[in-house]
This record gives sequence, structure tokens and C-alpha cells, in this order.
Amino acid sequence: MNFQYSLALDLTVLTLGLVLLLLEAFNDKEDKSFLGWIGIIGIATVFFLSFFVVPQEFATGQFYKADALAIFFKRLALGTTLLVLIMALEFRPILSRYLPAVGKNAGLGEFFALPVFTCLGLMWMASAVDFVMIFVSLELVTISFYILVSYMRRSGASLEAGVKYLILGALSTGFFVYGITWIFGITGETNLAKVSTALLTLSPANETAVLFGMTLLFVGLGFKIAAVPFQLWVPDVYQGAPTPITAFLSVGSKAAGFIVLIRVLEPFLNAPATAGRALLVLTALAVLTLIYGNLTAMPQLNLKRLLAYSSIAHAGYLLVALASWKTGHAPVTVSFYLAGYFLMTLLAFLVMVVVNRATGGDEIANFNGLGQRAPFLAFGMTVAMLSLAGVPFTAGFLGKFFVFADAIQTSQWLLVGVGVITVAAGFYYYLKVVRAMYWNVAKNTDPVLASGLTKATIGVLVVLIFLLGVWPQPVLQMLK
Amino acid sequence: MLNLLIAIPIVAAIAILLGLCAKKTALLATTLNLILTLALVFGYDQHSADLYQFTSSVLLAPGWKLAFSLGVDGLSLIMLLLTALVALAAVWVAPHPEKLERYPSLYYACLMFIIAGATGAFASLDLFFFYAFHELALIPTFLLIGIWGSGDRITAAWKITIYLAVGSFVLLVGLLALYFSIPGADRTLSIPALQALAMHGGIPQTPWIYLCLLIGFGILISLFPFHTWAPQAYASAPAPAAMLHAGVLKKFGLYGLLRVALPLMPGAAHHWTNLLLFLLAGNILYVGLVTIAQKRLDTMLGYSSVMHMGYIFLGIAAFNPLGLTGAALLMFAHGLSIAALFAIAGAVRQRTGTLEFAKLGGLAKPMPFLGFTFGLAAFAAIGLPGFANFAAELPIFFGAFSHAGSDLAFSNYQITTIIALWGVVISAVYMLRGYRAAFLGETDKRWTGLADLCACARPAILLLLAVLLVGGFRPQLFVNLVTPTIKAVLAVPAK
Repeated sequence: MNFQYSLALDLTVLTLGLVLLLLEAFNDKEDKSFLGWIGIIGIATVFFLSFFVVPQEFATGQFYKADALAIFFKRLALGTTLLVLIMALEFRPILSRYLPAVGKNAGLGEFFALPVFTCLGLMWMASAVDFVMIFVSLELVTISFYILVSYMRRSGASLEAGVKYLILGALSTGFFVYGITWIFGITGETNLAKVSTALLTLSPANETAVLFGMTLLFVGLGFKIAAVPFQLWVPDVYQGAPTPITAFLSVGSKAAGFIVLIRVLEPFLNAPATAGRALLVLTALAVLTLIYGNLTAMPQLNLKRLLAYSSIAHAGYLLVALASWKTGHAPVTVSFYLAGYFLMTLLAFLVMVVVNRATGGDEIANFNGLGQRAPFLAFGMTVAMLSLAGVPFTAGFLGKFFVFADAIQTSQWLLVGVGVITVAAGFYYYLKVVRAMYWNVAKNTDPVLASGLTKATIGVLVVLIFLLGVWPQPVLQMLK
Repeated sequence: MLNLLIAIPIVAAIAILLGLCAKKTALLATTLNLILTLALVFGYDQHSADLYQFTSSVLLAPGWKLAFSLGVDGLSLIMLLLTALVALAAVWVAPHPEKLERYPSLYYACLMFIIAGATGAFASLDLFFFYAFHELALIPTFLLIGIWGSGDRITAAWKITIYLAVGSFVLLVGLLALYFSIPGADRTLSIPALQALAMHGGIPQTPWIYLCLLIGFGILISLFPFHTWAPQAYASAPAPAAMLHAGVLKKFGLYGLLRVALPLMPGAAHHWTNLLLFLLAGNILYVGLVTIAQKRLDTMLGYSSVMHMGYIFLGIAAFNPLGLTGAALLMFAHGLSIAALFAIAGAVRQRTGTLEFAKLGGLAKPMPFLGFTFGLAAFAAIGLPGFANFAAELPIFFGAFSHAGSDLAFSNYQITTIIALWGVVISAVYMLRGYRAAFLGETDKRWTGLADLCACARPAILLLLAVLLVGGFRPQLFVNLVTPTIKAVLAVPAK
């Protein structure tokens, strides 16, 4: 019974979060960054332990899956949280600038504790296969994000981001729940496996109602994965939120959104009555998301905003993989893509945090001449950008390679055609950052310093990006 | 051994970035590579039953049958030889690190990455790595033009990068479509396995897939009308980058046609012959006339390199032993001659600060060596007997013309060949005009005091010219190498 082992991962993270909260409340020290270190060590331990959990299809109750996919996404959640905590340590000085606290390091405790709870929600989402469970885990994630996004209380942008995220998040949750009620009304089930069975024998009279429910679910989940036309919140929230939280949103929240999307869509894509129209919706979303995300990213001058649009663009490529559901291995393609996306996006955010601390901004112009000021950081950023653009030998290219392969295998020529154009657009806006770092000259040529932990993390991420770019087998093996 | 050939430049690039003396490391690495390549050329057994030799393979993703497999045949060998020769010359003429204003080590590292990319692409026997290695060279080019370029470097860098990225992805779509058009169990990314499959008619000859490959490769080769990225990029690029790109990287597309597209889909290729003939006539005639109109030496050379691709396409379109052999040989010869020309143009620009014909003139007086070598390289590019280019163009014309039409009318092949022959005249016009405008005539007062190329850099250019002469007098050396490959390409049934 490996059910317990898999659940044990989640429970350990829960305990870790509670311990951090208690320590924060009852410890008198002003500087609470040791909480960050405890968090990092704890999450790293759980991440390490996850490799000893043997995947298993189901466990008691059939509401909690522990298959390879679930464990893979748990690892993604853990890895993201780990890097977010590392970033949070680096981000402290900027954060305290916007806090109304008395001391220099006061009021930072929750910033290290809350991501752990978010992580728990993301891990639970990876396993949830019952609408009720999905809803609860989704809310755990969203509510902790409401706090984290508006954490910088004296920054107008952060507060604006928080309000926007709150209102649109609540709205999308409403859509999602409304969708669940329609599906429940027709099938009488909240468990996805049972919904799937019910859909196979759907009477034609109920088809419209099911499709309506499905559309509502698309709206709710489209918000989480930042698919067009549900992307309106993304740029402002990404720009306003503290950078580590932006990274968390753009990787953790998106990955969990996609695993839920896969789980929720599976019944609809396997039922003949709904499969055709579900694929049509996916294709339409993919085309819109690809075009909008890539074209709007091109004129951006702020790197955070650029990465926000890039996050929309990558959602588009992931949707292409889902629209090629007929290959039978869309979940594997999506997971592999997300693994690469996880590495390269977090690498970009990590460098961005360091540069922001040194130069005081997230504009692309802040990166001018970084090649001279900090060759290693510039190299790391270059690797991240090249991987995001899809240059061979990086994880990003192999992800796109698999996505394109799926689309071609299922003859989705519209998606292939749009994809080729948007990839070219991607080359432009990602290389804009490379251009700033190497072509342009900085006014200030002081070196940009980073902590040893950050440098080591950058090194590890770079190596992993290259390794995954030529040797996909370890990740593919995990997903078997 | 091939692993080493790819690893040396990469290791050298990393060593340079970590602070080793850039020029010496780069020279050492490229010399080592040349020695290794020569060892491969002499070690290759032309009479062996195995076409691909020195093979090695590491399986990376069993589901895709994706393996890092290397191996060479005669065609890859002459391309590797071209890469090694141009690489050495490019590093040789590159400015001394102390003279570079910014990022001196990055400059050399970029060159080394381009070399590694080209070497890897020519030595790969797996479609994935064949493709990936070529694109590896894209980013160093972007940096080289963007940081150290001249003129309108920003536009040029963006244009070449975006253009080639689009071309590469069109090519990727074509390759993937080819992969998936093969029935399930036979799917593989290994080029020899695919060729064996094609021999048994196991690859469906879908015309549009070949069109995808032709356009994808065509963009990389600057096939008319997809050529506009090339002249501008070569004009702005620093001389070593232009040498490597015009001399070596651009040949990747042609190599891909000979290695992948033609042997796997001869039937589908046949479908597009007339289109290819039309486009290559555009390369020769239209781009040739545009070249004559150029007012600067660098853009003239850039356009001329686009124009000469037309001849190679003609050899490929002819699809017979003569045509293909000529095409393979011209890939080699053109690479050397254009590299020499760009090296000389770069040296001139360094001294005069301009390459406009109106401002130049009489440069052969203060710089006799540059004048003399430019003349030789220009003659080679025109296709004068005695240079490898002539030995390559002649079989192409014969090969293409041998496709006779009905009794009285010329076939499309023959019409295109006649146009191509006019191209030789066009080449002579612009090359000689360029030579006269830059090197002959009255020497402007500004240029009288200029120094000739320093003795230390001269061997680089002489090396390229010497090999061109060897190829001109003993083309058989190279023909023997590529003959088994050409035979294998032509043996595939075009049903």
C-alpha cells in the first residue's frame, strides 16, 4: 500500500508549514530568515524522499491518485517551492523596503511559511481526482496566493495586483464551481472516474447540458493556466507581485493548473459525445493563446511583464499538446514541457531577483551590460532565454520538439503553422534580453554580486537545462 | 575520434571563457581539428562496403530511437575538411583579443561554438543532432554580428537570426512530418537506417513533405527568393564570422539536401524539379544582376555568395553522377573561395574603414599581398580553370545539360543550364569590376600610407588558396572521396 507513502509526502509538507508558522509566532528574533533555511531544508528533504515513492494507480476511496503523473507533478511543486524560497532569501532587502515594519528584517516570517502551504495545495492538486478534492486544493493554493501577491503592503503595484488577482480569481472559482454543479447534475457524480463512465453512456438529451458544464470548467481552469481569453489578470499581477511569488505563480500554479486540466478533461476527451467539441475548444484556445501571448510579448520593455506574456505563450504550446490528445501521450508531452519550463523560468526569475536588488528595477534596460558586470549571471540568463526561445540542446527545445511532433502526428496543421510563426516571434523577444546584456553598454559598471547559494542554484539549473535538452530519458522514465 | 572533433572546440570555448589566452587556445584547437580531420580523410577506406565509417552511437531516448550517433562518409569528410580549413583561417585572421573593445574572450568563444556546431552537423548520423548542431551556431552568429559587427549591424543581426529560426522550424516540421509519414514500427531518426529503408521503398514519397524540406533547407542556403538575409548579414558581420557562415554554415542546407532530402525522397524530389530550376535561375540571373549593381565590396561579396548557390542547386537538380559530384565539389570550393574573399575584405575594412567602391581604388599599390590574393580568390570565384571552382562547375553544366528534351526543343534543364552559363559572365563582370574599383587605378592620398597584411596573417589566406589550386589541378582527390556517396544517393529507387 503505497498510498500512505505518497500521502506522507503531503502530510510532511503540511507539518513543515505548521512548524514554520508556530516558530514565526513564538520566536522573538527580529530576523526570521532562518525560517527560510528551515523551509529550504525541509522541502529539499521531501523532494529527495519523493524519489522513493513507488507510483500506484489508486488508493482507498478513489479520490486520491498516486500514479506516476501525480508524483511527477508533486516533484514539480516541491522543486518550484524550493527555488522560490531560495529566491525569497535573496529578495529580502527589496521586500522589507515595502513593509511598514519597525526593524529592517521584521515582518518577513510569513513570507517563508506561506509558500509551504501553497506547495501543499499544489501537491494535493496533483493527486486530486474528485471535484470536491480539486476544489479544496485549488482554494488552498489560491487563497495563499492572495496573501503572497499583495505582501508588499506599501507598494501600490503589489496591492493592485492583489486586488486584481482576488477579484478575477474569485470569479473564475465561481465559474468552476458552477461547472461542477452542471456536471454533477447530469451524471450524479463528483468522482472523475465515475463521471467518465457516466459520460460514455450519455443520453443525447443531456449533451448540451454537459457541454455547457464543460465550457464553464474550461473558463475556470483557463484562468489558472493563463489561457487566452482568460489571461487579463496575468501581466499586472505578475508585474506587481513580489518576484519570487511571480515565479511561483508562473511555474507552480501553471503546472498544477495543467495537471488538473488533464485530469478533468480526460473524461470529456474519452467520451465520443463530447470529445470532438472538447478538442475544438482546445484547438481554438491554443491558437488564440499562442498568437496573443507571443505577439504581445514582443513590444514589452519590462522583463517581468515580458515573462508574464511568455508564460501565456508557453501555455499556448502546452495547449497544442493537449489538442493533440489522440496521440495518447499528451500528458507525457505536457509533463516534459513543464519540467523544462520549470527549470528555465525559475532560472530567469532567480537572475532577475539578483539584478533587481543591484539595479533597482526589472526593466530590460536594467540588464544592459550585464555581460560585463556579472558574466556568470549573464550566462545563466542567456541560457534561460535561449531555452525559453527553443534553441537546440536545451530543455526548452526538446519540449517544443515533442509538442510539434504530437501536433504533426495528429495532422493539426493549423496549430503547426501558427506554431512556426510564434516560435520566430519568441526568438525576437527572448533575444532582446540577450541583446541588452551583451550588445548594450551599462552606465554603471560595478559588479553585480550574488550569494553563494544563488550562484550554486544557477549552476545546477543551467546544467539541468542542458542535460534535459539532450537526454530526456530520465524524465520520460519517471512518467511511465 | 569524431566525438573528439566536436569536443575540442567546445572545450576550447569554455577554456577561453574561463580565462585562457583566447587566440592561442583557439588556434591550437583549430589546428588540432585540422590534423584530426586530415587523419580521418586519409584513414577513410573508399573501397570498404561500409559507407559510414568511424561510427559511434549512444542511445538517449529509446522511445524515439534517438541516439547520439556519429559517422562519416566521403561527403561528410570533405565538408569536415572545409570546416577545419575555414575555421583555422578564420581564427588566424581574427583580430587580436587586445584590439577588441569588449568581451574579447566571448568573441573567440562564439567562433569556437560556430565551429563546433558545423562540425557536429556534418558528423551526425542522427536527424535530431544533425538538426540541433546546426542551430547551435545561430546564437553565436547573433552575438558576433550584434556586438562586433559594422554598419547596420542591429538590423542585420535580427534579420539573420529570425530568418534562420523560421527556416529551421520549417525544416523541423518537414523532418518530423517525414518521420511520422513512415509506418509505425519502422520509424527511426537514424540517417543510415532511413536510407536503408528508402532503398526498399519504405518511405512514402509525399511531395509536400519534400517541399517543406526544400524550403527549410532553401532558407538556410539563401535560395531565391529567401535570400535577403544573407548579403546584409555578411556585410555587417566581422570577417571571421562571415567566413565561417558564408563558407561553412550555409553549406549545411546543401549538405542536408544531399544527405537527407534526396536519398530519402527521390520520388518526391522529382515532383519539384521544375520549381527548383526556376528558383535557381532566379539565384543566378536575378541575384547576379543585383550583385553587379552593388556599390560596396562587402555587399557585393554577400550577394555573390548567394548567386553561386544557384550552380550548386543546378547540380543537385540534375540528379545524375556528374551533377551531384560537381555540386559536392563546388560546395567545398565555394566555401574556400568565399572565405578567402571575406578575409581579405575584412582586412581592407580594418585599414580603410570603408568598403565603398567610390572611396576605394588603387589599394594594390600600398597592399600588394592583399591585392594579389584578392585577384586569385576572385578568379577562383568566377570559375577560372586551375581552381577547384572550375573543376566543379564544369561537371555541373555537363550533368544538367545531359537531360535532353524532345528532338528539337531544349528541355527545362538545358534552358536553365544556358542561363547558368551566362551567370559565369555575370560573375566575371562583378568580380572584375569590384577588383578594379578597389585595388586598381589611382591610389587615393588617404590610402598611400596603409600597411599590407602582416606576415603573420598571410598563411591563413594562402592556405585557402593553396587548397583551391590543389582541387583545381587534382580534382580527382576529392571526386574519389564523394563517389561512393553519390552512387548510394542515386541507387535509391525513385518510384
